[in-house]
Amino acid sequence: MHTFLDFFHQHVEIIYIVILSVFLGIEVIGRVPSVLHTPLMSGANAIHGVVVIGAIIVTGQAQPDNYPALILGFLAVLLGTLNVVGGFVVTDRMLEMFKKKK
Amino acid sequence: MGIHILTLCYLIASVTFILGLKMLSHPTTARKGNLVAALGMAISIFGTIFLFEHRVDGESAHLHNLPLIFAALFIGSAIGFVSAKKIQMTAMPELVSLFNGMGGACAMLISVIEFYHYQFTATPSPNDVLYLTHKLSTLSILAITSGLVIGSISFSGSIIAWGKLRGVVKDRVFKGQRALNMLLLIVLVSSVVILVGITPSVSYVSTESIDPLNAISQTFQYISNLHIYLFYGILALSLIYGVLFVFPIGGADMPVVISLLNSFTGVAAACAGFVYNNQAMLTGGILVGAAGTLLTILMCKAMNRSLLNVIVGSFGGDAAGAAAS
Repeated sequence: MHTFLDFFHQHVEIIYIVILSVFLGIEVIGRVPSVLHTPLMSGANAIHGVVVIGAIIVTGQAQPDNYPALILGFLAVLLGTLNVVGGFVVTDRMLEMFKKKK
Repeated sequence: MGIHILTLCYLIASVTFILGLKMLSHPTTARKGNLVAALGMAISIFGTIFLFEHRVDGESAHLHNLPLIFAALFIGSAIGFVSAKKIQMTAMPELVSLFNGMGGACAMLISVIEFYHYQFTATPSPNDVLYLTHKLSTLSILAITSGLVIGSISFSGSIIAWGKLRGVVKDRVFKGQRALNMLLLIVLVSSVVILVGITPSVSYVSTESIDPLNAISQTFQYISNLHIYLFYGILALSLIYGVLFVFPIGGADMPVVISLLNSFTGVAAACAGFVYNNQAMLTGGILVGAAGTLLTILMCKAMNRSLLNVIVGSFGGDAAGAAAS
């Protein structure tokens, strides 16, 4: 019990961010029309590409002679960027197509 | 100074993600919303590259290996841009799935590299020890392992989903598949619990007040061979689970599964955000995790099905159910 309370006290900010973000995420797309489901999925897909920041940090912190970490880090940044750039561009194309139909 | 601007960058990024999602869910503003989110992403990425500071020998230092990072950014952007521009309209969902898998793989690799750092406790320099002792807590190993599991499932699952949409991978159904998946999931979760359980909690150790010699003898016991076997075992199991999870699901339900895996990757990104205490990753990841889950449910509703129906009520589930009864 004490460990739990201690944990809660140490990380109260993060816990708040997580809980509020969950509600926000649900609320913010609550009334999306079904025609926008696929573009929204694609847009959300691009947004979680924010994980590339972690890849950049881990690669930037690796020692210059730590080759396994450098190689994996390079790969991680590459794949993360692919997710971000590809995600946003493909969403834009979907929505562009959308406009023409209208 | 720089680190304060970076915090501001992350705040701006978080706000643009929220605004972007909001605008994406209205037909008139959708395209602009996508651009807003992309702008926030660019700010947070370049802010991290140039402003991020970490501690080396007690002094703050900027990130190194910048040429490598820029090379990866450039190649990734080029491939992503060209493939997204060239793809046929009808093939877009499979490309989204592929990109989602790349994000999952990125989260998976981050966890692997973080764990790899911990493995080097055998001949530690005092600075390594400080870094390790400071960071290897029950909590960080939990965050790292969760990121690993969710990222790997999302990666292998998305690749299979991509293959299915392309018609390369066929629906694979065999007897007892559902039971096997359940068993695999149980083994996976218990392995994570064991790995986290055998890691003693050393959070709250401040880097200043620690005695380096004492720390070395402490860190020796933190990473045992058992840790290493468990960690890579979990990696392998997660990848297999992702494949088996998507195998039996019918081709028509693929968009729902991609949306579900999409929210998985969001949670994996949030786990990585927890490891680095990074607000942009946390909010972005959790937002996508929550919005993605709701979107998955909405998509099911639009097809007049329940989520449970899609996941276990597929042909594979029925076959397994019939075999059981």
